[in-house]
Amino acid sequence: MTINSKIQNINCCDHIARRVGDIAPSGIRKFFDLLASMDGVISLGIGEPDYPTPYHIREAAISSIENGYTMYTPNSGIPELRQELSKHLKNTYNLDYADSQILITVGVSEAMDLAARALVNPGDEVLIPDPCYVSYSPCVVLAGGVPVMIPTCEEERFEISAEKIEPLITEKTKALLIGYPANPTGTIMPREKLEEIVKLANQHGLIIISDEIYSRLVYDCEHTCIATLPGAYENTVFLGGFSKAYAMTGWRIGYAVGPASIIAAMTKIHQYTIMSVPTMSQVAAVEALRNGETSAAEMVADYNRRRLVMVKGLCDIGLSCFKPQGAFYAFPSIKNTGMTSEDFAHNLLMEEKVAVVPGNAFGRCGEGYVRCCYATSLKELYEALERMERFLKKRGASQAATFQV
Amino acid sequence: MLNKILRLLEDDGRLTPEQIATMLGTETSQVKELITQAEKDGLILKYKAVVNWDKIAEEQVWAIIEVRVTPQMKAGFDAIAERIYKFPEARTVMLVSGTYDLAIIVTARNMHEVASFVTHRLAPIEGVQGTTTHFLLKRYKEDGVVLDDKNKGMRQKVVL
Repeated sequence: MTINSKIQNINCCDHIARRVGDIAPSGIRKFFDLLASMDGVISLGIGEPDYPTPYHIREAAISSIENGYTMYTPNSGIPELRQELSKHLKNTYNLDYADSQILITVGVSEAMDLAARALVNPGDEVLIPDPCYVSYSPCVVLAGGVPVMIPTCEEERFEISAEKIEPLITEKTKALLIGYPANPTGTIMPREKLEEIVKLANQHGLIIISDEIYSRLVYDCEHTCIATLPGAYENTVFLGGFSKAYAMTGWRIGYAVGPASIIAAMTKIHQYTIMSVPTMSQVAAVEALRNGETSAAEMVADYNRRRLVMVKGLCDIGLSCFKPQGAFYAFPSIKNTGMTSEDFAHNLLMEEKVAVVPGNAFGRCGEGYVRCCYATSLKELYEALERMERFLKKRGASQAATFQV
Repeated sequence: MLNKILRLLEDDGRLTPEQIATMLGTETSQVKELITQAEKDGLILKYKAVVNWDKIAEEQVWAIIEVRVTPQMKAGFDAIAERIYKFPEARTVMLVSGTYDLAIIVTARNMHEVASFVTHRLAPIEGVQGTTTHFLLKRYKEDGVVLDDKNKGMRQKVVL
Protein backbone atom coordinates (compact mmCIF):
# COMPACT_ATOMS: atom_id res chain seq x y z
CA MET A 1 0.00 0.00 0.00
CA THR A 2 2.60 2.53 1.05
CA ILE A 3 4.80 1.72 -1.90
CA ASN A 4 1.89 2.13 -4.27
CA SER A 5 0.91 5.52 -2.93
CA LYS A 6 4.51 6.66 -3.16
CA ILE A 7 4.67 5.67 -6.83
CA GLN A 8 1.50 7.57 -7.57
CA ASN A 9 3.00 10.76 -6.20
CA ILE A 10 5.77 10.81 -8.74
CA ASN A 11 5.18 13.15 -11.63
CA CYS A 12 6.69 11.14 -14.44
CA CYS A 13 7.03 14.17 -16.72
CA ASP A 14 9.67 15.60 -14.38
CA HIS A 15 11.71 12.49 -14.86
CA ILE A 16 12.04 12.66 -18.60
CA ALA A 17 15.62 13.45 -19.56
CA ARG A 18 15.94 17.09 -20.59
CA ARG A 19 17.49 16.46 -23.97
CA VAL A 20 14.46 14.31 -24.83
CA GLY A 21 11.88 16.61 -23.30
CA ASP A 22 13.41 19.56 -25.13
CA ILE A 23 12.71 18.08 -28.52
CA ALA A 24 9.53 19.93 -29.44
CA PRO A 25 6.59 17.63 -30.06
CA SER A 26 5.87 17.82 -33.73
CA GLY A 27 3.05 20.24 -34.49
CA ILE A 28 1.74 18.01 -37.22
CA ARG A 29 1.12 15.14 -34.85
CA LYS A 30 -2.47 16.33 -34.47
CA PHE A 31 -2.88 16.36 -38.20
CA PHE A 32 -1.65 12.77 -38.40
CA ASP A 33 -4.02 11.65 -35.67
CA LEU A 34 -6.89 13.25 -37.53
CA LEU A 35 -5.82 11.54 -40.72
CA ALA A 36 -5.57 8.17 -39.01
CA SER A 37 -9.17 8.45 -37.87
CA MET A 38 -10.57 9.18 -41.35
CA ASP A 39 -11.80 6.79 -44.01
CA GLY A 40 -11.74 7.15 -47.77
CA VAL A 41 -8.56 9.21 -47.77
CA ILE A 42 -6.16 9.14 -50.69
CA SER A 43 -2.84 9.47 -48.99
CA LEU A 44 0.09 11.12 -50.71
CA GLY A 45 1.67 11.25 -47.28
CA ILE A 46 3.33 7.86 -47.21
CA GLY A 47 7.08 7.84 -47.61
CA GLU A 48 7.50 4.28 -48.74
CA PRO A 49 7.12 2.19 -51.88
CA ASP A 50 3.59 0.96 -52.56
CA TYR A 51 4.90 -2.41 -53.66
CA PRO A 52 5.29 -5.34 -51.35
CA THR A 53 8.81 -6.72 -51.20
CA PRO A 54 9.51 -8.79 -54.36
CA TYR A 55 8.46 -12.34 -53.70
CA HIS A 56 11.83 -13.99 -54.20
CA ILE A 57 13.20 -11.81 -51.39
CA ARG A 58 10.34 -12.70 -49.07
CA GLU A 59 10.86 -16.35 -49.91
CA ALA A 60 14.52 -16.21 -48.93
CA ALA A 61 13.48 -14.99 -45.50
CA ILE A 62 10.76 -17.61 -45.19
CA SER A 63 13.22 -20.37 -45.92
CA SER A 64 15.67 -18.96 -43.41
CA ILE A 65 12.94 -19.23 -40.79
CA GLU A 66 11.99 -22.72 -41.94
CA ASN A 67 15.59 -23.83 -41.68
CA GLY A 68 15.81 -22.52 -38.17
CA TYR A 69 18.28 -19.80 -39.00
CA THR A 70 16.92 -17.71 -36.18
CA MET A 71 19.78 -16.99 -33.84
CA TYR A 72 21.90 -13.87 -33.26
CA THR A 73 24.36 -13.02 -35.98
CA PRO A 74 27.78 -11.38 -35.61
CA ASN A 75 27.34 -7.78 -34.43
CA SER A 76 28.32 -6.22 -37.71
CA GLY A 77 26.15 -8.55 -39.81
CA ILE A 78 26.36 -11.98 -41.39
CA PRO A 79 29.58 -12.41 -43.40
CA GLU A 80 27.61 -13.33 -46.53
CA LEU A 81 25.76 -10.04 -46.48
CA ARG A 82 28.86 -7.97 -45.82
CA GLN A 83 30.62 -9.70 -48.70
CA GLU A 84 27.67 -9.20 -51.05
CA LEU A 85 27.44 -5.56 -50.03
CA SER A 86 31.14 -5.03 -50.54
CA LYS A 87 30.80 -6.53 -54.03
CA HIS A 88 27.74 -4.40 -54.73
CA LEU A 89 29.52 -1.18 -53.77
CA LYS A 90 32.51 -2.18 -55.86
CA ASN A 91 30.37 -2.92 -58.91
CA THR A 92 28.11 0.10 -58.56
CA TYR A 93 30.58 2.79 -57.50
CA ASN A 94 34.00 1.16 -57.83
CA LEU A 95 34.43 1.71 -54.09
CA ASP A 96 36.52 -0.65 -51.96
CA TYR A 97 35.27 -1.32 -48.47
CA ALA A 98 37.02 -3.92 -46.36
CA ASP A 99 35.14 -6.04 -43.89
CA SER A 100 36.15 -3.75 -41.03
CA GLN A 101 34.53 -0.82 -42.80
CA ILE A 102 31.05 -2.32 -43.04
CA LEU A 103 28.28 -2.37 -40.45
CA ILE A 104 24.79 -3.75 -41.07
CA THR A 105 22.21 -1.68 -39.19
CA VAL A 106 18.50 -1.51 -38.43
CA GLY A 107 17.79 0.72 -41.39
CA VAL A 108 19.54 3.97 -42.19
CA SER A 109 17.71 5.33 -39.14
CA GLU A 110 19.91 3.38 -36.79
CA ALA A 111 22.99 4.05 -38.87
CA MET A 112 22.38 7.77 -38.63
CA ASP A 113 21.84 7.65 -34.90
CA LEU A 114 25.05 5.65 -34.50
CA ALA A 115 27.00 8.06 -36.67
CA ALA A 116 25.77 11.04 -34.66
CA ARG A 117 26.49 9.36 -31.35
CA ALA A 118 29.89 8.11 -32.45
CA LEU A 119 31.03 11.52 -33.69
CA VAL A 120 29.35 14.26 -31.71
CA ASN A 121 30.67 15.65 -28.42
CA PRO A 122 28.37 17.87 -26.31
CA GLY A 123 28.05 21.21 -28.05
CA ASP A 124 29.49 20.06 -31.38
CA GLU A 125 27.70 21.55 -34.35
CA VAL A 126 26.39 19.52 -37.26
CA LEU A 127 25.35 21.19 -40.50
CA ILE A 128 22.06 19.99 -41.95
CA PRO A 129 20.11 21.16 -45.01
CA ASP A 130 16.72 22.76 -44.44
CA PRO A 131 14.26 21.25 -45.36
CA CYS A 132 15.38 17.69 -44.72
CA TYR A 133 14.20 14.34 -43.45
CA VAL A 134 12.59 14.72 -40.02
CA SER A 135 15.05 12.71 -37.98
CA TYR A 136 18.32 14.46 -38.90
CA SER A 137 18.04 17.20 -36.27
CA PRO A 138 16.68 15.04 -33.43
CA CYS A 139 19.47 12.51 -33.99
CA VAL A 140 22.04 15.26 -33.55
CA VAL A 141 20.26 16.72 -30.52
CA LEU A 142 19.95 13.33 -28.83
CA ALA A 143 23.67 12.83 -29.37
CA GLY A 144 24.29 16.08 -27.49
CA GLY A 145 25.08 18.12 -30.57
CA VAL A 146 23.68 21.30 -32.05
CA PRO A 147 22.06 21.16 -35.48
CA VAL A 148 22.89 24.15 -37.66
CA MET A 149 20.54 24.48 -40.58
CA ILE A 150 21.68 25.30 -44.12
CA PRO A 151 18.80 27.22 -45.68
CA THR A 152 17.82 26.22 -49.21
CA CYS A 153 15.16 27.49 -51.59
CA GLU A 154 13.07 26.38 -54.52
CA GLU A 155 14.76 28.88 -56.89
CA GLU A 156 17.94 26.85 -56.37
CA ARG A 157 16.08 23.55 -56.50
CA PHE A 158 16.68 23.17 -52.76
CA GLU A 159 20.34 22.47 -53.41
CA ILE A 160 23.05 23.26 -50.90
CA SER A 161 26.38 24.75 -51.93
CA ALA A 162 29.83 25.43 -50.53
CA GLU A 163 29.03 29.19 -50.49
CA LYS A 164 25.99 28.59 -48.35
CA ILE A 165 27.81 26.28 -46.00
CA GLU A 166 31.07 28.17 -45.48
CA PRO A 167 29.68 31.08 -43.40
CA LEU A 168 27.98 28.60 -41.06
CA ILE A 169 31.20 26.80 -40.16
CA THR A 170 32.60 27.56 -36.70
CA GLU A 171 35.34 25.89 -34.68
CA LYS A 172 32.61 23.75 -33.15
CA THR A 173 31.46 22.34 -36.47
CA LYS A 174 32.05 18.63 -36.53
CA ALA A 175 30.15 17.20 -39.41
CA LEU A 176 27.85 17.69 -42.32
CA LEU A 177 24.75 15.49 -42.38
CA ILE A 178 23.12 15.40 -45.79
CA GLY A 179 20.89 13.14 -47.83
CA TYR A 180 20.49 13.12 -51.61
CA PRO A 181 18.25 12.27 -53.38
CA ALA A 182 16.36 14.21 -50.76
CA ASN A 183 13.25 13.62 -48.76
CA PRO A 184 11.03 15.76 -48.92
CA THR A 185 12.11 17.67 -52.04
CA GLY A 186 13.28 14.98 -54.47
CA THR A 187 16.38 17.11 -55.06
CA ILE A 188 19.53 15.50 -56.29
CA MET A 189 22.84 17.33 -56.03
CA PRO A 190 24.88 18.20 -59.11
CA ARG A 191 28.26 16.54 -58.99
CA GLU A 192 30.26 19.78 -59.23
CA LYS A 193 28.48 21.31 -56.28
CA LEU A 194 29.15 18.21 -54.21
CA GLU A 195 32.81 18.29 -55.19
CA GLU A 196 33.11 21.83 -53.85
CA ILE A 197 31.35 20.81 -50.66
CA VAL A 198 33.76 17.92 -50.19
CA LYS A 199 36.67 20.30 -50.73
CA LEU A 200 35.26 22.68 -48.13
CA ALA A 201 34.69 19.85 -45.66
CA ASN A 202 38.28 18.76 -46.09
CA GLN A 203 39.60 22.29 -45.54
CA HIS A 204 37.77 22.44 -42.24
CA GLY A 205 38.28 18.83 -41.21
CA LEU A 206 34.60 17.99 -41.26
CA ILE A 207 33.14 14.51 -41.46
CA ILE A 208 30.43 14.02 -44.08
CA ILE A 209 27.55 11.78 -43.07
CA SER A 210 25.75 10.96 -46.28
CA ASP A 211 22.32 9.35 -46.21
CA GLU A 212 21.93 7.77 -49.65
CA ILE A 213 18.86 5.65 -48.99
CA TYR A 214 17.20 6.89 -52.19
CA SER A 215 20.26 6.31 -54.39
CA ARG A 216 18.51 3.74 -56.57
CA LEU A 217 15.56 6.08 -57.21
CA VAL A 218 16.92 8.63 -59.65
CA TYR A 219 15.41 9.58 -62.98
CA ASP A 220 17.03 10.80 -66.19
CA CYS A 221 20.36 10.99 -64.41
CA GLU A 222 22.93 9.05 -62.45
CA HIS A 223 23.29 9.07 -58.71
CA THR A 224 26.47 10.67 -57.43
CA CYS A 225 27.78 8.75 -54.48
CA ILE A 226 29.69 11.23 -52.33
CA ALA A 227 32.34 8.73 -51.27
CA THR A 228 33.44 8.44 -54.92
CA LEU A 229 34.35 12.13 -55.17
CA PRO A 230 37.99 13.23 -54.93
CA GLY A 231 39.06 13.46 -51.29
CA ALA A 232 35.74 12.21 -49.92
CA TYR A 233 36.36 8.54 -49.23
CA GLU A 234 38.56 9.14 -46.19
CA ASN A 235 36.09 11.31 -44.32
CA THR A 236 32.66 10.14 -45.45
CA VAL A 237 30.32 7.90 -43.53
CA PHE A 238 28.13 6.52 -46.27
CA LEU A 239 24.70 5.27 -45.18
CA GLY A 240 22.53 3.15 -47.41
CA GLY A 241 19.77 0.63 -47.23
CA PHE A 242 17.34 -1.70 -48.86
CA SER A 243 14.01 -0.10 -47.95
CA LYS A 244 13.45 2.11 -50.97
CA ALA A 245 15.25 0.26 -53.76
CA TYR A 246 13.78 -3.15 -52.99
CA ALA A 247 10.56 -2.09 -51.25
CA MET A 248 11.79 -3.46 -47.93
CA THR A 249 10.81 -0.74 -45.46
CA GLY A 250 9.37 -3.04 -42.81
CA TRP A 251 12.44 -5.28 -42.72
CA ARG A 252 14.41 -2.50 -41.07
CA ILE A 253 17.76 -3.13 -42.64
CA GLY A 254 20.46 -0.80 -43.86
CA TYR A 255 24.17 -0.26 -43.54
CA ALA A 256 26.97 2.13 -42.79
CA VAL A 257 30.30 2.01 -44.56
CA GLY A 258 33.22 4.35 -44.08
CA PRO A 259 36.52 4.93 -42.32
CA ALA A 260 37.35 1.88 -40.19
CA SER A 261 37.81 3.95 -37.02
CA ILE A 262 34.35 5.51 -37.24
CA ILE A 263 32.69 2.23 -38.19
CA ALA A 264 34.42 0.61 -35.20
CA ALA A 265 33.05 3.31 -32.91
CA MET A 266 29.56 2.91 -34.37
CA THR A 267 29.81 -0.86 -34.03
CA LYS A 268 30.62 -0.41 -30.35
CA ILE A 269 27.31 1.39 -29.75
CA HIS A 270 25.45 -1.03 -32.01
CA GLN A 271 26.83 -4.00 -30.12
CA TYR A 272 25.57 -2.67 -26.79
CA THR A 273 22.20 -1.39 -27.95
CA ILE A 274 21.04 -3.50 -30.88
CA MET A 275 23.37 -6.51 -30.78
CA SER A 276 22.55 -7.57 -34.32
CA VAL A 277 20.02 -6.90 -37.04
CA PRO A 278 17.18 -9.47 -37.28
CA THR A 279 18.60 -12.53 -38.97
CA MET A 280 15.77 -13.04 -41.48
CA SER A 281 16.12 -9.47 -42.66
CA GLN A 282 19.79 -10.02 -43.31
CA VAL A 283 19.08 -13.17 -45.30
CA ALA A 284 16.47 -11.26 -47.30
CA ALA A 285 18.98 -8.50 -47.98
CA VAL A 286 21.48 -11.01 -49.38
CA GLU A 287 18.82 -12.19 -51.82
CA ALA A 288 17.98 -8.58 -52.71
CA LEU A 289 21.59 -7.81 -53.56
CA ARG A 290 22.05 -11.02 -55.54
CA ASN A 291 18.83 -11.11 -57.52
CA GLY A 292 16.84 -7.96 -56.83
CA GLU A 293 18.02 -5.71 -59.62
CA THR A 294 15.32 -6.68 -62.13
CA SER A 295 12.52 -5.89 -59.70
CA ALA A 296 14.24 -2.69 -58.61
CA ALA A 297 14.57 -1.51 -62.20
CA GLU A 298 10.90 -2.22 -62.88
CA MET A 299 9.82 -0.29 -59.82
CA VAL A 300 12.04 2.67 -60.72
CA ALA A 301 10.56 2.78 -64.22
CA ASP A 302 7.12 2.80 -62.69
CA TYR A 303 7.96 5.57 -60.21
CA ASN A 304 9.31 7.59 -63.08
CA ARG A 305 6.01 7.47 -64.97
CA ARG A 306 4.15 8.49 -61.85
CA ARG A 307 6.64 11.27 -61.20
CA LEU A 308 5.96 12.77 -64.61
CA VAL A 309 2.20 12.48 -64.10
CA MET A 310 2.44 14.04 -60.64
CA VAL A 311 4.63 16.99 -61.54
CA LYS A 312 2.68 17.85 -64.68
CA GLY A 313 -0.61 17.33 -62.85
CA LEU A 314 0.41 19.67 -60.03
CA CYS A 315 1.55 22.35 -62.45
CA ASP A 316 -1.64 21.99 -64.50
CA ILE A 317 -3.81 22.66 -61.47
CA GLY A 318 -1.80 25.69 -60.47
CA LEU A 319 0.80 24.49 -58.01
CA SER A 320 4.25 25.28 -59.30
CA CYS A 321 6.64 22.46 -58.80
CA PHE A 322 10.22 21.95 -59.87
CA LYS A 323 10.89 18.63 -61.48
CA PRO A 324 12.37 16.35 -58.82
CA GLN A 325 15.01 13.95 -60.12
CA GLY A 326 15.14 11.53 -57.23
CA ALA A 327 13.26 9.73 -54.45
CA PHE A 328 9.47 9.60 -54.90
CA TYR A 329 8.34 13.01 -53.77
CA ALA A 330 7.08 16.14 -55.45
CA PHE A 331 7.35 19.31 -53.38
CA PRO A 332 4.98 21.87 -54.90
CA SER A 333 4.69 25.43 -53.70
CA ILE A 334 1.33 26.35 -52.24
CA LYS A 335 2.28 29.99 -51.64
CA ASN A 336 -0.18 31.34 -54.21
CA THR A 337 -3.06 29.94 -52.15
CA GLY A 338 -2.24 32.30 -49.29
CA MET A 339 -2.45 29.40 -46.84
CA THR A 340 0.27 28.09 -44.57
CA SER A 341 1.46 24.55 -45.28
CA GLU A 342 -0.42 23.23 -42.28
CA ASP A 343 -3.65 25.03 -43.16
CA PHE A 344 -3.41 23.82 -46.72
CA ALA A 345 -2.86 20.20 -45.66
CA HIS A 346 -5.58 20.41 -43.03
CA ASN A 347 -8.18 21.99 -45.32
CA LEU A 348 -7.36 19.68 -48.19
CA LEU A 349 -7.80 16.69 -45.94
CA MET A 350 -11.10 17.90 -44.49
CA GLU A 351 -12.62 19.07 -47.76
CA GLU A 352 -11.34 16.56 -50.28
CA LYS A 353 -9.83 13.75 -48.24
CA VAL A 354 -6.40 13.97 -49.80
CA ALA A 355 -3.47 13.74 -47.43
CA VAL A 356 -0.23 15.59 -48.12
CA VAL A 357 2.47 16.42 -45.61
CA PRO A 358 2.95 20.10 -44.68
CA GLY A 359 6.40 21.22 -45.77
CA ASN A 360 7.20 22.84 -42.43
CA ALA A 361 7.40 19.35 -40.91
CA PHE A 362 10.78 19.17 -42.65
CA GLY A 363 12.15 22.53 -41.53
CA ARG A 364 11.46 26.23 -41.73
CA CYS A 365 12.42 26.43 -45.39
CA GLY A 366 9.71 23.89 -46.12
CA GLU A 367 7.01 26.38 -45.18
CA GLY A 368 4.93 27.26 -48.21
CA TYR A 369 5.30 23.79 -49.68
CA VAL A 370 3.70 20.39 -49.24
CA ARG A 371 5.21 16.98 -49.80
CA CYS A 372 3.30 14.74 -52.19
CA CYS A 373 4.54 11.19 -52.42
CA TYR A 374 3.79 9.65 -55.79
CA ALA A 375 4.51 6.06 -54.75
CA THR A 376 0.86 5.22 -55.10
CA SER A 377 -1.24 3.79 -57.93
CA LEU A 378 -1.79 5.93 -61.02
CA LYS A 379 -5.52 5.62 -60.48
CA GLU A 380 -5.15 7.20 -57.05
CA LEU A 381 -2.77 9.85 -58.34
CA TYR A 382 -5.25 10.99 -60.99
CA GLU A 383 -8.06 10.98 -58.46
CA ALA A 384 -5.97 12.95 -55.95
CA LEU A 385 -5.08 15.53 -58.60
CA GLU A 386 -8.73 15.92 -59.52
CA ARG A 387 -9.70 16.46 -55.90
CA MET A 388 -6.88 18.95 -55.42
CA GLU A 389 -7.97 20.86 -58.49
CA ARG A 390 -11.50 21.12 -57.12
CA PHE A 391 -10.06 22.32 -53.81
CA LEU A 392 -8.02 25.02 -55.52
CA LYS A 393 -10.77 26.10 -57.91
CA LYS A 394 -13.06 26.79 -54.98
CA ARG A 395 -10.51 29.35 -53.92
CA GLY A 396 -9.92 30.69 -57.39
CA ALA A 397 -6.30 29.68 -57.12
CA SER A 398 -6.18 27.19 -59.94
CA GLN A 399 -4.39 28.51 -62.97
CA ALA A 400 -1.82 26.44 -64.72
CA ALA A 401 1.51 27.23 -63.14
CA THR A 402 4.81 27.44 -64.89
CA PHE A 403 6.22 24.06 -65.62
CA GLN A 404 9.82 24.28 -64.59
CA VAL A 405 12.00 21.62 -66.06
CA MET B 1 8.60 3.99 -77.66
CA LEU B 2 5.91 1.82 -79.27
CA ASN B 3 6.72 -1.06 -76.92
CA LYS B 4 6.43 1.23 -73.91
CA ILE B 5 3.06 2.49 -75.11
CA LEU B 6 1.81 -1.05 -75.68
CA ARG B 7 2.91 -2.11 -72.21
CA LEU B 8 1.05 0.78 -70.63
CA LEU B 9 -2.10 0.07 -72.65
CA GLU B 10 -1.90 -3.61 -71.87
CA ASP B 11 -2.09 -2.69 -68.21
CA ASP B 12 -4.72 0.01 -68.59
CA GLY B 13 -6.50 0.30 -71.91
CA ARG B 14 -8.27 3.47 -70.86
CA LEU B 15 -5.18 5.63 -70.58
CA THR B 16 -5.49 8.64 -72.87
CA PRO B 17 -2.76 9.60 -75.33
CA GLU B 18 -2.18 12.73 -73.19
CA GLN B 19 -1.62 10.63 -70.08
CA ILE B 20 0.68 8.25 -71.89
CA ALA B 21 2.64 11.15 -73.38
CA THR B 22 3.15 12.62 -69.89
CA MET B 23 4.31 9.32 -68.48
CA LEU B 24 6.79 8.71 -71.25
CA GLY B 25 7.93 12.32 -71.57
CA THR B 26 6.90 12.67 -75.20
CA GLU B 27 4.35 14.51 -77.39
CA THR B 28 0.67 13.59 -77.40
CA SER B 29 0.59 13.71 -81.19
CA GLN B 30 3.33 11.11 -81.43
CA VAL B 31 1.50 8.77 -79.04
CA LYS B 32 -1.74 9.19 -80.99
CA GLU B 33 0.01 8.41 -84.24
CA LEU B 34 1.69 5.30 -82.89
CA ILE B 35 -1.53 3.98 -81.36
CA THR B 36 -3.51 4.55 -84.55
CA GLN B 37 -0.83 2.76 -86.53
CA ALA B 38 -0.70 -0.11 -84.03
CA GLU B 39 -4.46 -0.51 -84.32
CA LYS B 40 -4.24 -0.53 -88.12
CA ASP B 41 -1.38 -3.02 -88.11
CA GLY B 42 -3.25 -5.35 -85.79
CA LEU B 43 -0.74 -4.91 -82.97
CA ILE B 44 -3.57 -3.76 -80.75
CA LEU B 45 -6.43 -6.18 -81.29
CA LYS B 46 -9.01 -4.76 -78.96
CA TYR B 47 -9.56 -2.97 -75.64
CA LYS B 48 -11.41 -4.76 -72.89
CA ALA B 49 -12.12 -4.85 -69.18
CA VAL B 50 -10.86 -7.50 -66.77
CA VAL B 51 -14.06 -8.59 -65.03
CA ASN B 52 -14.34 -10.41 -61.75
CA TRP B 53 -17.14 -12.78 -62.82
CA ASP B 54 -17.09 -14.53 -59.49
CA LYS B 55 -18.78 -11.49 -58.02
CA ILE B 56 -21.59 -11.59 -60.54
CA ALA B 57 -24.53 -13.87 -60.04
CA GLU B 58 -24.90 -14.73 -63.71
CA GLU B 59 -24.39 -18.38 -64.42
CA GLN B 60 -21.34 -18.94 -66.53
CA VAL B 61 -18.82 -21.73 -66.59
CA TRP B 62 -15.28 -21.71 -67.82
CA ALA B 63 -13.35 -24.74 -68.91
CA ILE B 64 -9.85 -25.42 -70.06
CA ILE B 65 -9.79 -28.22 -72.60
CA GLU B 66 -6.67 -30.11 -73.52
CA VAL B 67 -6.80 -31.52 -77.03
CA ARG B 68 -4.48 -34.13 -78.50
CA VAL B 69 -4.46 -34.07 -82.27
CA THR B 70 -2.75 -35.76 -85.21
CA PRO B 71 -0.96 -33.09 -87.20
CA GLN B 72 -1.92 -33.01 -90.84
CA MET B 73 0.44 -33.15 -93.81
CA LYS B 74 1.56 -29.64 -94.78
CA ALA B 75 -0.92 -27.81 -92.58
CA GLY B 76 0.47 -29.24 -89.32
CA PHE B 77 -1.67 -28.15 -86.39
CA ASP B 78 -2.95 -24.99 -88.04
CA ALA B 79 -5.83 -26.50 -89.96
CA ILE B 80 -7.32 -28.19 -86.91
CA ALA B 81 -6.78 -25.11 -84.76
CA GLU B 82 -8.58 -23.09 -87.36
CA ARG B 83 -11.56 -25.41 -87.36
CA ILE B 84 -11.71 -25.15 -83.58
CA TYR B 85 -11.36 -21.41 -83.19
CA LYS B 86 -14.28 -20.80 -85.50
CA PHE B 87 -16.61 -21.99 -82.75
CA PRO B 88 -17.71 -18.97 -80.75
CA GLU B 89 -17.53 -21.01 -77.52
CA ALA B 90 -13.76 -21.14 -77.87
CA ARG B 91 -12.44 -17.90 -76.40
CA THR B 92 -8.79 -18.79 -76.61
CA VAL B 93 -7.01 -21.41 -78.69
CA MET B 94 -3.30 -22.08 -78.24
CA LEU B 95 -0.78 -24.59 -79.49
CA VAL B 96 1.31 -25.74 -76.56
CA SER B 97 4.24 -28.05 -75.92
CA GLY B 98 3.94 -31.06 -73.64
CA THR B 99 1.63 -34.02 -73.34
CA TYR B 100 -1.14 -32.45 -75.39
CA ASP B 101 -1.19 -30.10 -78.34
CA LEU B 102 -3.97 -27.53 -78.22
CA ALA B 103 -5.23 -25.72 -75.15
CA ILE B 104 -8.68 -24.22 -75.48
CA ILE B 105 -10.48 -21.96 -73.09
CA VAL B 106 -14.22 -22.26 -73.39
CA THR B 107 -17.05 -20.32 -71.77
CA ALA B 108 -20.67 -21.40 -71.71
CA ARG B 109 -23.77 -20.89 -69.61
CA ASN B 110 -23.53 -24.25 -67.87
CA MET B 111 -21.61 -27.53 -67.71
CA HIS B 112 -24.06 -29.11 -70.03
CA GLU B 113 -23.23 -26.69 -72.81
CA VAL B 114 -19.52 -27.33 -72.38
CA ALA B 115 -20.10 -31.08 -72.50
CA SER B 116 -22.15 -30.68 -75.60
CA PHE B 117 -19.43 -28.57 -77.22
CA VAL B 118 -16.85 -31.26 -76.51
CA THR B 119 -18.88 -34.23 -77.63
CA HIS B 120 -20.71 -32.72 -80.57
CA ARG B 121 -18.28 -30.23 -81.98
CA LEU B 122 -14.75 -30.88 -80.78
CA ALA B 123 -14.40 -34.64 -80.55
CA PRO B 124 -15.81 -35.46 -84.02
CA ILE B 125 -13.27 -33.25 -85.79
CA GLU B 126 -11.00 -35.41 -87.89
CA GLY B 127 -7.56 -35.59 -86.36
CA VAL B 128 -8.71 -35.00 -82.78
CA GLN B 129 -7.46 -38.00 -80.84
CA GLY B 130 -8.75 -37.15 -77.44
CA THR B 131 -9.71 -34.40 -75.03
CA THR B 132 -9.49 -33.68 -71.31
CA THR B 133 -11.84 -31.09 -69.87
CA HIS B 134 -11.00 -29.09 -66.74
CA PHE B 135 -13.78 -26.98 -65.27
CA LEU B 136 -12.67 -23.79 -63.62
CA LEU B 137 -13.57 -23.84 -59.92
CA LYS B 138 -12.13 -20.66 -58.54
CA ARG B 139 -10.14 -17.77 -59.90
CA TYR B 140 -7.33 -16.30 -57.82
CA LYS B 141 -5.45 -14.07 -60.20
CA GLU B 142 -6.56 -12.75 -63.56
CA ASP B 143 -4.31 -10.95 -66.00
CA GLY B 144 -1.95 -9.98 -63.21
CA VAL B 145 -4.70 -8.83 -60.87
CA VAL B 146 -5.22 -10.69 -57.59
CA LEU B 147 -9.00 -10.94 -57.28
CA ASP B 148 -9.34 -10.94 -53.53
CA ASP B 149 -6.33 -9.06 -52.28
CA LYS B 150 -6.32 -9.57 -48.55
CA ASN B 151 -3.23 -7.46 -48.09
CA LYS B 152 -4.67 -4.23 -49.36
CA GLY B 153 -4.83 -1.37 -46.93
CA MET B 154 -1.99 -2.57 -44.75
CA ARG B 155 0.03 0.56 -45.34
CA GLN B 156 0.13 3.31 -42.77
CA LYS B 157 -1.69 6.46 -43.82
CA VAL B 158 1.29 8.67 -43.26
CA VAL B 159 4.99 7.95 -43.02
CA LEU B 160 7.62 10.68 -43.00
